[in-house]
Amino acid sequence: MSSISNEAISPLAPGEELEAGMLSGRTLGTVEYVRDYVQRLRGGEMGAIPGLIGLVVLVILFSILSSGFLSAYNVENMVIDGAPTIIMAMGLVFVLLLGEIDLSAGTASGACAVLAAVELVRHHMNWVVAVLAAAVLGVVIGAFIGWLRAKIGIPSFVITLAAFLSFQGVIVIMVGGNGSILVPDHTLDALESASTNDYMPIWGGWALLAVVTLGYAVIKFRTVARRRASGLAAEPYQIALTKVAALLVCGAVFVYYMGINRIVSRTALTSSIKAEGVPWIVPVMLVFLFALTFLLGRTRYGRHVYAVGGNDEAARRAGIRVDMVRISVFVICSLLAAFSGIVSLSLQAGVNSAQGGGNTLLLAVGAAVIGGTSLFGGRGRVIDAVIGGVVVEVISYGMSDLITGSNGPGWQLIITGIVLLVAAGFDAVSRRAGQTRS
Amino acid sequence: MSVDAGPRVATEPILRLRGIQKSFGPVHVLKGVDFEARPGEVTALVGDNGAGKSTLVKCIGGTYSIDEGEYLFDGNPVNMHGPREAAALGIEIVYQDLALADNLDIVQNMFLGREEVTGMRTLDEAKMERMAGQTLASLSVRTVKSVRQKVSSLSGGQRQTVAIAKAVLWNSKLVILDEPTAALGVAQTAQVLDLVRRLADQGLAVVLISHNMNDVLQVSDSIAALYLGQMAAQVRRSEVTHTQIVELITAGRSGDLGLTSAAAANGGNGALV
Repeated sequence: MSSISNEAISPLAPGEELEAGMLSGRTLGTVEYVRDYVQRLRGGEMGAIPGLIGLVVLVILFSILSSGFLSAYNVENMVIDGAPTIIMAMGLVFVLLLGEIDLSAGTASGACAVLAAVELVRHHMNWVVAVLAAAVLGVVIGAFIGWLRAKIGIPSFVITLAAFLSFQGVIVIMVGGNGSILVPDHTLDALESASTNDYMPIWGGWALLAVVTLGYAVIKFRTVARRRASGLAAEPYQIALTKVAALLVCGAVFVYYMGINRIVSRTALTSSIKAEGVPWIVPVMLVFLFALTFLLGRTRYGRHVYAVGGNDEAARRAGIRVDMVRISVFVICSLLAAFSGIVSLSLQAGVNSAQGGGNTLLLAVGAAVIGGTSLFGGRGRVIDAVIGGVVVEVISYGMSDLITGSNGPGWQLIITGIVLLVAAGFDAVSRRAGQTRS
Repeated sequence: MSVDAGPRVATEPILRLRGIQKSFGPVHVLKGVDFEARPGEVTALVGDNGAGKSTLVKCIGGTYSIDEGEYLFDGNPVNMHGPREAAALGIEIVYQDLALADNLDIVQNMFLGREEVTGMRTLDEAKMERMAGQTLASLSVRTVKSVRQKVSSLSGGQRQTVAIAKAVLWNSKLVILDEPTAALGVAQTAQVLDLVRRLADQGLAVVLISHNMNDVLQVSDSIAALYLGQMAAQVRRSEVTHTQIVELITAGRSGDLGLTSAAAANGGNGALV
């Protein structure tokens, strides 16, 4: 083959190929990076930004309007109270990513919690066995819902609405005539109950912060270094450093704040009792957050979840087993609902016949959506559940401080509903902004 | 790499179909179809609606199994049992609706279902991004700003480009494009046809399905016209005119070319040819 025809074949000389725009080994400048980011925001990829802004505004507003809002005692209660919602919302993110809905997550968590309570109290089982039993029940529930959705083809809305109702009935029957089962087992209580010895030691909080920040920094800088080494556009070091610093500062403030003794009234009785330290539920939630974020962001499975949520036909043609992905997200959702139920059980030191009913599920869905997970599928992250869950909790606590009187709970529901609607509106509008109009 | 865009038949066909029969129940869709595609060439597959183009393509791609006939790929007889086998052989089909996930970026779409992983089973983003960039660069694609752009922000032509680039990423030997220009404007159509030509110039066998005679005449080396489930004729581009192709498509014959009048008229029995 002559060199002339060779040139005719490939219009690019080997050296030239590396010069092509999208391949460039340029290191993005900070300004350029920020500009790209703003452009992405305007293109509708807002992610958790509206949720974060809302959070900051609400915290400032409530702390001005009611003096006790930012007290260590109140903050700790928000963290503990929000935990079941956040954990459930983490699971719902997976289902929402596929554009599905799981209305039964609330009562499924209730059913799992009741099962655990029954095992503990009536059958005197070890708490590990009880938790495992609840988890297994969660998996079975999820697999069944997923199977009905993927293989039989019933819309998830209908399946999970039916499940929502049935589980309520199951809970009533299992709890029995008393209307509640009290769980005296202190191992489970230790997860997050407000009894005095159940917090991490002060040094434990700082150690946790050190591990989290260090881990984040290592991952961040290794990614940047690796991308630079292979000549790909990478996040500027300044930005990466800023993110790590922000995490460190926010974490430090939180850990310090949780280190303050929260016993409000100092009497002779309580003077020797201390309530200080980070609640144990915080590291538990962090483990869920990291594990699920890793699963969604760094594995093939996670990529396939996004793909099925974006275009299931494309995913099918790419050889992805769409049905299995669909079933798996319901399993993950129900499993996390089960854990959420366990946390609730430990929080209340018992279960009642309305466990997981009411607005439990709606708050969790609201948390995911407020955090930036799309109801239309394909867009969302696990951290959204945490951000949105905190917003939901801040609203609920702030409102209960502000709105007193007999209609207080009513107004709280109304306002939470409006916030959810606004978040869904953001979602719908930003989704439209992201589409090309050609 | 052997490349010959001229009229001379230079290479052995990579795909050779002989007497392909396919029925769906009582409906006899393909009636003894012969078809060839050569590396380094664009082979246009034309035919009216219902002539059997899609069925033929799905038989090639393994979506349908053939009832009867010979399927030779690279000279070896193949018994196709599904799209995965076709992909393993190096056959890629770019469907009209593209099937890209809007919420994923270009790299993620190009590697969908075949993601590269590191030793620890985590996604190897850097490797995938590099390979995607190189593939696009080798196709002289310069219209996309960043390979990390979401597909939802791309124009129709850019999407088509991504879909085609996805198909060539896997060392494919035969790329089938189903109406790649159907939904595009003039400038974008020119870009995509340019890309189609470059694929062939790189030594791939390209099969182009199109209703647009201008596109077909502009870019193809060989033209295969289906008529009511029979191959009216597969001819060199240089040897036919626009009118002759239209006649082959609409009547199954044109002068000496095409089916015998009897076969064309009854539209039924390929064995009469």
